[in-house]
Amino acid sequence: MIVSKLKEAQICFSNLRVTLPYPFGPGAEVGEGFRGKIHVDAEKCVACGGCANVCPSRLIRFYDEGERTRMEFILDRCTYCGRCAEVCPEGAITMTQLFETATDDKTDLYIEQELYMLTCKRCGRCFETENAIDRIPTRRMRQGRNYVGASMPHGAPENAEGKR
Amino acid sequence: MLKKWAQKAFPKSLWVYHTNCAACNGCDIEIINVLTPYYDAERFGIKLVGSPRHADVLLVTGGVSRQIAPALRRLYAATPNPKLVLAIGSCACGGDVFYDSYTMYGGVDKVIPVNYYISGCPPRPEAILYGVAVALGLAPKKVAKEIIRDFPDSADIDVPMLDFHK
Repeated sequence: MIVSKLKEAQICFSNLRVTLPYPFGPGAEVGEGFRGKIHVDAEKCVACGGCANVCPSRLIRFYDEGERTRMEFILDRCTYCGRCAEVCPEGAITMTQLFETATDDKTDLYIEQELYMLTCKRCGRCFETENAIDRIPTRRMRQGRNYVGASMPHGAPENAEGKR
Repeated sequence: MLKKWAQKAFPKSLWVYHTNCAACNGCDIEIINVLTPYYDAERFGIKLVGSPRHADVLLVTGGVSRQIAPALRRLYAATPNPKLVLAIGSCACGGDVFYDSYTMYGGVDKVIPVNYYISGCPPRPEAILYGVAVALGLAPKKVAKEIIRDFPDSADIDVPMLDFHK
């Protein structure tokens, strides 16, 4: 009995302080694959809608408004499952390590993204973002400014690969 | 303003009452975790009490189900003023995957007013501690509304804004 008490005392003294200094200092380490608040990169997004398709909370909404596509992320009900980041073909959605999402206003947990959609010359429908079109390497498919994308460079880039 | 009010209203210790309104128990485990010596919320004077009549703060977890909503309203009425309500977890903040369920209200703020939202499924113990620190004015909040517009400079954007926003 006394021996066990002594052992307990020894453990207590040898461990010293276990309390983390958080929030005034560093907390426990966030693991490598921790899924925090999502981050959306508009430069990479092609507005395919895959994330909206798989989100279990249905918090990603797409609004097709002609030449713009508006995406809403209502993150207050985010499950942090990471499915959107998993299915994103372009890696536009990533899970950051930010977990300190405490706020007094629910609208802080909200991301809105508007993307400009290029218009198909044949049918006149706004169909795809610049990000996706930029990657098409063939010269035949994009002769100069065949599409209405005013900021696009004239013609295909010189170092375009796969010139068929 | 709310921060100043909170500092004035709760200068010393917060006594919290923890209630589970149809949560899956994940958030509740994390709340208990915060009260352990490892995170030691008692540094801030936070103490778990057994009655809402003794409490300053209500920690509400879970998207409120229809069955427990009247009890939650009574609980809120039983808590003496001034009081804070912390919605802990994604269910309590916005309803999580149950946001449009017919058995759930989808968020504590649909039933009683909420002062602070701590999102996460479940939130880390640090996130809960950070929420308490934000409520006490010890730390700034780190999230903000993001509006990203990826438009080329020369694109004419004369499409009228449609008000789909909730």
